[in-house]
Amino acid sequence: MSGPGTLNLQRPTGRRTFVDVTMRVLAWLAAGIAIVPLVWILYTVISRGAPLLFTAEPDYTRVCTIADRPADKSEAAFQRVTESDCTGANPDASYRWVVGGSYVAVGENLRADTNSVSRDPSGRAGTVVGMPGSEGAGSIRTPSLQWWTTDLGATPDQVPGGGVKHALIGTLWIGLISSVIAVPLGILGAVYLVEYARGKRSAKVVSFLVDILTGVPSIVAALFVYAVLITTLGWSRSTLAAGLALVLLMLPTVLRSTEEMLKLVPDSLREASYALGVPKWKTILSVVVPTAFKGIATGVVLGMARVMGETAPLLILLNYARNTNWSPLSNTMGSLPTMIANAANLPQSYPGADRGWGAALTLILLVMGLNLLARWIGRSGKLKER
Amino acid sequence: MTDIQDPTRVQLPPPNKRPDAAFFGASAGAGFIIAALVAFIGIFLLVTAIPSLRKNTVNFLTSTQWQVGEGDLAFGIAGMLWTTALSSVVAMVLAVPISVGVALLITQYAPRVLGNTVGFLVDLLAAVPSVVYGLWGAAILAPAVQPFAQWLQDNLGWFPLFAPGLASSGSVFVASIVLAIMIIPIVTAISRDVFEQTPRDHIEAALALGATKWEVVQTAVLPYGRSGVIAASMLGLGRALGETIAVMLILSTTNDTSINFSLFAGGETFASKIANNAAEFDSATKTGAYVAAGLVLFVVTFAVNAVARVIAAGGKARS
Repeated sequence: MSGPGTLNLQRPTGRRTFVDVTMRVLAWLAAGIAIVPLVWILYTVISRGAPLLFTAEPDYTRVCTIADRPADKSEAAFQRVTESDCTGANPDASYRWVVGGSYVAVGENLRADTNSVSRDPSGRAGTVVGMPGSEGAGSIRTPSLQWWTTDLGATPDQVPGGGVKHALIGTLWIGLISSVIAVPLGILGAVYLVEYARGKRSAKVVSFLVDILTGVPSIVAALFVYAVLITTLGWSRSTLAAGLALVLLMLPTVLRSTEEMLKLVPDSLREASYALGVPKWKTILSVVVPTAFKGIATGVVLGMARVMGETAPLLILLNYARNTNWSPLSNTMGSLPTMIANAANLPQSYPGADRGWGAALTLILLVMGLNLLARWIGRSGKLKER
Repeated sequence: MTDIQDPTRVQLPPPNKRPDAAFFGASAGAGFIIAALVAFIGIFLLVTAIPSLRKNTVNFLTSTQWQVGEGDLAFGIAGMLWTTALSSVVAMVLAVPISVGVALLITQYAPRVLGNTVGFLVDLLAAVPSVVYGLWGAAILAPAVQPFAQWLQDNLGWFPLFAPGLASSGSVFVASIVLAIMIIPIVTAISRDVFEQTPRDHIEAALALGATKWEVVQTAVLPYGRSGVIAASMLGLGRALGETIAVMLILSTTNDTSINFSLFAGGETFASKIANNAAEFDSATKTGAYVAAGLVLFVVTFAVNAVARVIAAGGKARS
């Protein structure tokens, strides 16, 4: 970074043009580099997750199993058993109906006790020896709202099926709990900064500390709540505790955007209200805050988007549940981020990994939807200069 | 304000001061609570950590051991500190030039509509939840950059940072790239704001002297925005230091807790270590050890953010 003194204007050489063009190209390149990951992430999440959202694995695929794995484990031993063996006199063989047969391989052992793998009424364990008449059965998905209406439940990672109802409800609970506490506190804090302490030293101190709070990592907020509620007060982990940790993350967002909007409310409105003899508190509640309402709403929605996508506090303050739980006081609760985190280390060929991507898409739709909503509110609600 | 004399001598009811005082109390109380939270965070973390720190048999700051189970407590943060600092600093080195480039493009080079579109897309990066970055980084990006990582190790392995590390792909290198992507929108947004405020006069003066576009940027825009960019980088650094889930999903943990200088090694940052072991917070001493690590993270991010704010405020005062 040099001062204007380095300009050499006497020499309109090609070198200056070259540098200029190079820098222009670099700026465009930077934008390209910044946007590539966005496109890449969205492409991956949509291509892997979208099929799950509105379709379901078709049905149960018929496979032939025999009761005991043949002693000869070579492939030939499996191929020896033909369809006629299964239907015929072989007492050890039976048909079984397997969820989404595309994931069941010849040679795989099916357990008798896993309901979601087999609906075989005889309930016998067996080894898959063939899939007569089921070619391609697993490849066509049928339209379904199963994703939204069922829990993950006990569905094993190797098996398709299940949904995100439990996680969606948990995530909404968490957003609700944090908002209920963070929104009034944030708005009141902003009112204090703008209406009561503007220009004073106390406003500077509070403002600085809010900036610091903005930068507090979510894991530190979670540890703080853990130290207060669980170590000191003896609570157990709960959705409520996780929600309280997220309040710390939501507060600065709500407070800052409210503050920005309150500052934009023209003083003439306040003065008009005072001139009518309206006391200050009533002026704030019935004139200032309603005028700034849309900006406040933007902050609230952005704050909710932030807390719903947070994972770290949920790992520390909550145990993951695979079934719907309506009570925020119990110590287990599903949520979209923890569902994704749990699926992240699975082999990518597992249906469980696909569910991870589906949950990621669901979460992105939720969070980006809230972000776009906030943007839209903000644009439609700009205080007009009068 | 409520004592304004009414000129028409209509007798107004005496103003009731009580609701006013109550409302002031509520809002001042909220302001105070928010401010006090920062202090409470420090105090409670310290109080929870002290008993474990007392029982610690090794130096907390310089040891790389992490023995918090049965037997003598022996835990130190040196290993985590290294991994955290390395991944965040590399992320910042990758992200800042790109962010400054994007911010310059939006404010100086691109036509308005195109610039706004680019700005919108980069903002969208901030709306992707960090757990999704982690999933993508671990499952998609890590295998994709593995050949490049291998090439670096094969050809530049003599340099300690590029020394051969893990056989698998869950390295600090991948974590840094993902962290860089995560902080690009933060640094871009703030840089963009300061570049936009460059006084028209400075730009026009440079143009009048016959400066090319780049010379305008170099002599007017960048010097004006320097403190803003530095502050933005620090904020990005603060974000990278504390990022938990993305790093946790990407980094392979190793049993060898000693410091490995290579970018291609695994390891654990403060945040990922705490989150990885969250299920084990069963005894007070064990919890205290992790809380002590969290306290260090809090102090470091506090310092980084405070410096960022001071730099930003200083820049504003001068302009």
